Amino acid sequence: MLLTLTTTHRPATDLGYLLVKHPDRVHSFELPVGVAHVVYPEADERRCTVALLVDVDPLRLAGGRGRGRSQPSAPDSFTLGQYVNDRPYAASSLLASALARVFRSALRGESRDRPELAAAAIPLEVRVPVLRCRGGADLAARVFAPLGWAVAADPIPLDETHPDWGDSRYVDLTLTGTLRLADALNHLYVLLPVLDDAKHYWVAPDEIDKLLRAGAGWLAGHPERSTITRRYLAHRRALAGEAMARLAEQRLAEEPPADSVAEADGGEAPHRPSLAARRREAVLAALAASGASRVLDLGCGGGALLAALAGDRRYTEIVGTDVSARALALAARRLGLDRLPERQRDRIRLWQSALTYRDDRLRGYDAAVLMEVVEHVDPSRLPALEDAVFGHARPATVVVTTPNAEHNVRYEGLEAGRFRHPDHRFEWTRAEFAGWVDRVTATHGYAATIGGIGDDDPEVGAPTQLAVFTTTPTNATTRPNATTQTNATTQTTAPKEAGR
Amino acid sequence: MIDIPELALVALVGVSGSGKSTFARRHFAPSQVLSSDTFRALVADDENDQSASADAFDALHHVAGIRLRRGRLTVVDATNLQPHARAGLVRVAREHDVLPVAIVLDVPEALAWERTEARADRTFGRPVLARMQRDLRRSYGQLAREGFRKVHVLRGVEEIDAAEIRYEKLFNDRRELTGPFDIVGDIHGCREELEALLLRLGYGLRRDDAGRPVDAVPPAGRTAVFVGDLVDRGPDSPGVLRLVMGMVAAGHAICVPGNHEQKLLRKLRGRDVRLTHGLAETMAQLEAEPAEFVAEVAAFVDGLVSHFVLDGGRLVVAHAGLKEEYQGRASGRVRSFALYGETTGETDEYGMPVRYPWARDYRGSAMVVYGHTPALEPEWVNNTVCVDTGCVFGGKLTALRYPERELVSVGAVKEWYAPVRPLVTPAPARPDAVLDLRDVAGRRHVEHPYGTLTVPAENAAAALEVMSRFAVDPRWLTWLPPTMAPCSTSTVDGFLEHPAQAFADYRAAGVERVVCEEKHMGSRAVVLVCRDPDGGPFGPGGGVVHTRTGRPFFGPPLDDELLDRVRAAVTAAGLWAELDTDWLLLDCELLPWSAKAGGLIREQYASVGAAGRAALPAVLATLDEAAGRGLPVGELRERMAARSAEVEAYSASYRAYVAPTDGLRGVTLAPFVVLASAGASHADRDHGWHLDLADRLCAADPGFFTPTRRRVVDLADASAEADATDWWLALTAGGGEGMVVKPYAGPAARSSRGSLLQPGIKCRGREYLRIIYGPGYTGPEQLTALRRRSLGRKRGLALREHALGLAALDALAAGAPLWRRHELVFAVLACESEPVDPRL
Repeated sequence: MLLTLTTTHRPATDLGYLLVKHPDRVHSFELPVGVAHVVYPEADERRCTVALLVDVDPLRLAGGRGRGRSQPSAPDSFTLGQYVNDRPYAASSLLASALARVFRSALRGESRDRPELAAAAIPLEVRVPVLRCRGGADLAARVFAPLGWAVAADPIPLDETHPDWGDSRYVDLTLTGTLRLADALNHLYVLLPVLDDAKHYWVAPDEIDKLLRAGAGWLAGHPERSTITRRYLAHRRALAGEAMARLAEQRLAEEPPADSVAEADGGEAPHRPSLAARRREAVLAALAASGASRVLDLGCGGGALLAALAGDRRYTEIVGTDVSARALALAARRLGLDRLPERQRDRIRLWQSALTYRDDRLRGYDAAVLMEVVEHVDPSRLPALEDAVFGHARPATVVVTTPNAEHNVRYEGLEAGRFRHPDHRFEWTRAEFAGWVDRVTATHGYAATIGGIGDDDPEVGAPTQLAVFTTTPTNATTRPNATTQTNATTQTTAPKEAGR
Repeated sequence: MIDIPELALVALVGVSGSGKSTFARRHFAPSQVLSSDTFRALVADDENDQSASADAFDALHHVAGIRLRRGRLTVVDATNLQPHARAGLVRVAREHDVLPVAIVLDVPEALAWERTEARADRTFGRPVLARMQRDLRRSYGQLAREGFRKVHVLRGVEEIDAAEIRYEKLFNDRRELTGPFDIVGDIHGCREELEALLLRLGYGLRRDDAGRPVDAVPPAGRTAVFVGDLVDRGPDSPGVLRLVMGMVAAGHAICVPGNHEQKLLRKLRGRDVRLTHGLAETMAQLEAEPAEFVAEVAAFVDGLVSHFVLDGGRLVVAHAGLKEEYQGRASGRVRSFALYGETTGETDEYGMPVRYPWARDYRGSAMVVYGHTPALEPEWVNNTVCVDTGCVFGGKLTALRYPERELVSVGAVKEWYAPVRPLVTPAPARPDAVLDLRDVAGRRHVEHPYGTLTVPAENAAAALEVMSRFAVDPRWLTWLPPTMAPCSTSTVDGFLEHPAQAFADYRAAGVERVVCEEKHMGSRAVVLVCRDPDGGPFGPGGGVVHTRTGRPFFGPPLDDELLDRVRAAVTAAGLWAELDTDWLLLDCELLPWSAKAGGLIREQYASVGAAGRAALPAVLATLDEAAGRGLPVGELRERMAARSAEVEAYSASYRAYVAPTDGLRGVTLAPFVVLASAGASHADRDHGWHLDLADRLCAADPGFFTPTRRRVVDLADASAEADATDWWLALTAGGGEGMVVKPYAGPAARSSRGSLLQPGIKCRGREYLRIIYGPGYTGPEQLTALRRRSLGRKRGLALREHALGLAALDALAAGAPLWRRHELVFAVLACESEPVDPRL
């Protein structure tokens, strides 16, 4: 990866003093991932260019041979990225680290030989031929322009033999401006990794201090400071699991559990609770009305509903299940399970379970919630879900919510025929939902009431559909799911085993 | 001589010093004996600490329970003099449906005291021993009442020393009978239909002077098995009894009782039994029979054993079925289950008790054949089948031929008795389509004919998410391709993988002949295609195309179009008839790679190329300028120039696997293994057969199918090996991914030592590997480092997944229940969560 910096301040070769690197020599520095070279492709009185070239060793980048046993990965994830990646070519935090290592004093604005020049703004041109710019080329302008740079970010095509593929995520970046060299270097030190948005190292606890130090004087008033801060600290996972969890929890809390389209209630009342919140309220009301005290939240995700249930003392046992172990870990953190007093914690259980499999642990509860869950199951697998929930777990009350497909026309930006979330396998019209409810009640011996959540639209109905199922007494009717089989002879008392 | 059942809970009863431990040591293995002293020591470090007794017995009962669940004879060495202590043991035995047996050791008190005094660690006084002796006396009369089925009393040292243990089989244990069997469903007095069925099965009827059938001689080697309910409702219960009793007496049949026989017996013994459900008819018919015959009937029914375990434990016959925990056990509830089944406590709209569908939860390995609940058609549910097809209600009388699994029926002459509840066919949703989390979740040991696999809980958890969220319907997910190990690392200059190593690997395993198949660079596609586009044995739909992790390949509607093309080609090639099948399972590669992986190519591979192709020329230009200023950058420039060339080569590699497609236009399928068809796994066919069939599909639709180029190599023939190597070099130089070397004998090939072989070893091209190991992997330093790669894990994983796959194909061919098939396929997916170097 490469970065060049040119000045036309005269004498331009003073750049060598500011950087403490003689223009007529090749300087090399060992880095953890390779070697940094500093060379001057041009150096005369009028114009001087310094090039920082980092020669990345792919072996060292990949961490050598085998890292021993890592965590099991999902069978579908792309794992080759560790070995085949753009890190040797694109500007990134690797380059920023090299910058800090090689130009340490210049970055601090110190110069023994040219202190006044170090304090003065001089004409500068910076070029980064390949910079990964996540979020589009214009983000480069948004972060650099407010700092006094003229920004040119030319997108690089993805593959010249496949013009139809369009541009890659890389830009060829040129910055021109008159700035203090130290400021310029600090801008690059912070903002190149921010645009790249993937740090090569585990962020240490001093990372916040580093950011504030490098951003001194310009970050606080930067219009994009929140983006910059978020991206710079995006990898706080290793900093503290706790901090990362809070971040992730917040993210989950902001979003409705399943819907990526911002579902709004008519749109004109921003102070009103979100649809997700209203959905939760409606489900809680249905549960309260059922009189249940031992409840299941099936497909609990990050645990938004569980948190509400945990806060209500009428629920003596609360079980959240999800097929995703990660979601359960998030839910555990959101609920603060490891900090709860024992008596509180004993009320709450989190289990991995899949709704298309019967699970004996789920039997015998008062109520179950399937909140925005059924639409994530392939239609061909729905009978299995129905059997597992209504046939096998068989709680007295089941609360189901699911999107109302008819309402989708009210969402701007949602193309006709598209679903609200990419993982939705279907979205039902009111008639389709009613049909499904009928099938379930008939097959599994439940009665149901159907309603809506969110503002009822006279034409297309409420955005979310709700059904509350209750078991019907079974002594008079069969449980047809139990593959009704009849013993033709009424059993008399069981005879004693003959002991043969 | 002391007779005890093979599986029992044996309680030794005797005072301290009566010689219980010595007796236990002499007659039982140390692991069979649970001693209260040992357990006191285990929980309290002191075998005499009486304050630990409660905890010690808690632990002892727990261990005893586990042993009995696992079917192990268990002996409890404790004084067992107190009724409450014995009650605990009887309870444990009953919980596991085994017989409690007591062996009492009664020695003179003086001798016991002498022995006790001789032990330094026994500190109690004579009065305690005297109290024990009193307890023992009192116990005598109580043991049988407390539930001990056998009580053996050994009086005096001589009797104790002379005692021998003899094990007796349970009556239900007839594992030595291996059949073949003809298992006949509920007859209910339909003598005419029974005669017809037996004739149909090839039995020769013998009649008495009155012309009544009194025996039926089976065809060579076969035995008839009656599942009970011979009587009631029908026109000639005595006739049926006469025939069946004759067959049983002649050794031509065995019989288990039905609930109707049980009720009849109670009536014959004068109990107050209501004459309902057809018993009135039987009683009326029996009135015409001589009293001796009626007495014989009573004796016959009284002698019937509730269920049989047959054929080495592979077959269980009981009137109402039997769950796994009860098989081969003896207790009141076992007998009750065998006769009546399990009811939910509910009644249906006809006032009949609702039966709990135990078969749906059945996970046992033994086939269970039963009757009791009439249905129009017998249906297999989890390796169980009910053969009561309601003959007396106008249905038919059915027999199951075992082990053939063939059903033979004769229709009822008429409706002899009006059913209370109409006969129904089972619900359209097959009950065994129900999967249980227990079948897949948690740490599990999956046993299969090719070995045992342990699935760690975290791998199962990862697979559960993929399986339940993304995979195709489990009914259609019959097999997943195993991962494939590369050949041993090559030392040929500039190569990480080279054919010489692949050949050497198989030669070392004793393989004589291999086939080298071109490795298509596309996406793995498993195609299950049904002859009927609207449905086959797997459920509605004409087939499925899925990826190596079980996801739908393209999704609708493209997958259906693809299936149409495959179906048409299979039809044109005449394979339906040739393989006598209505479905076919094919292992294929779908081309080009970009058809499925376009996003991955653009996001991952092309991006890296774009960055490299933009960065390195800029670096070279900068260095050229620096060189122009006389700076010593020559070596650095040379290295960067090489990098640039490597990135170009890398770009050429991924570009070779990109081709325009639109829908299915531009897409082709390269089948290379015909995995299975109806009733058959083809894993044991050689690759010549598989590739020949693949060629015929290609010939049928050359526009859609891509043939697999190959070379067959005899590993003793050096020139053939050289030819194949040249072929590989040419193939990979032209942009090919490489080749897969397989034992010619086929997927299920075994080594000379009889162990499973790697089903294939991949040997990937030098250029192709740039997109795996990075553009510059061919650099000498990198290559040296990469040559230290370790293949052990990958090979182990490949073999484990391969074995599971073979087992899955066998299970599919044998019509195994869904949970079993799913368990195997799920385990393959769980294996894929195992962390291995993804570059291998």
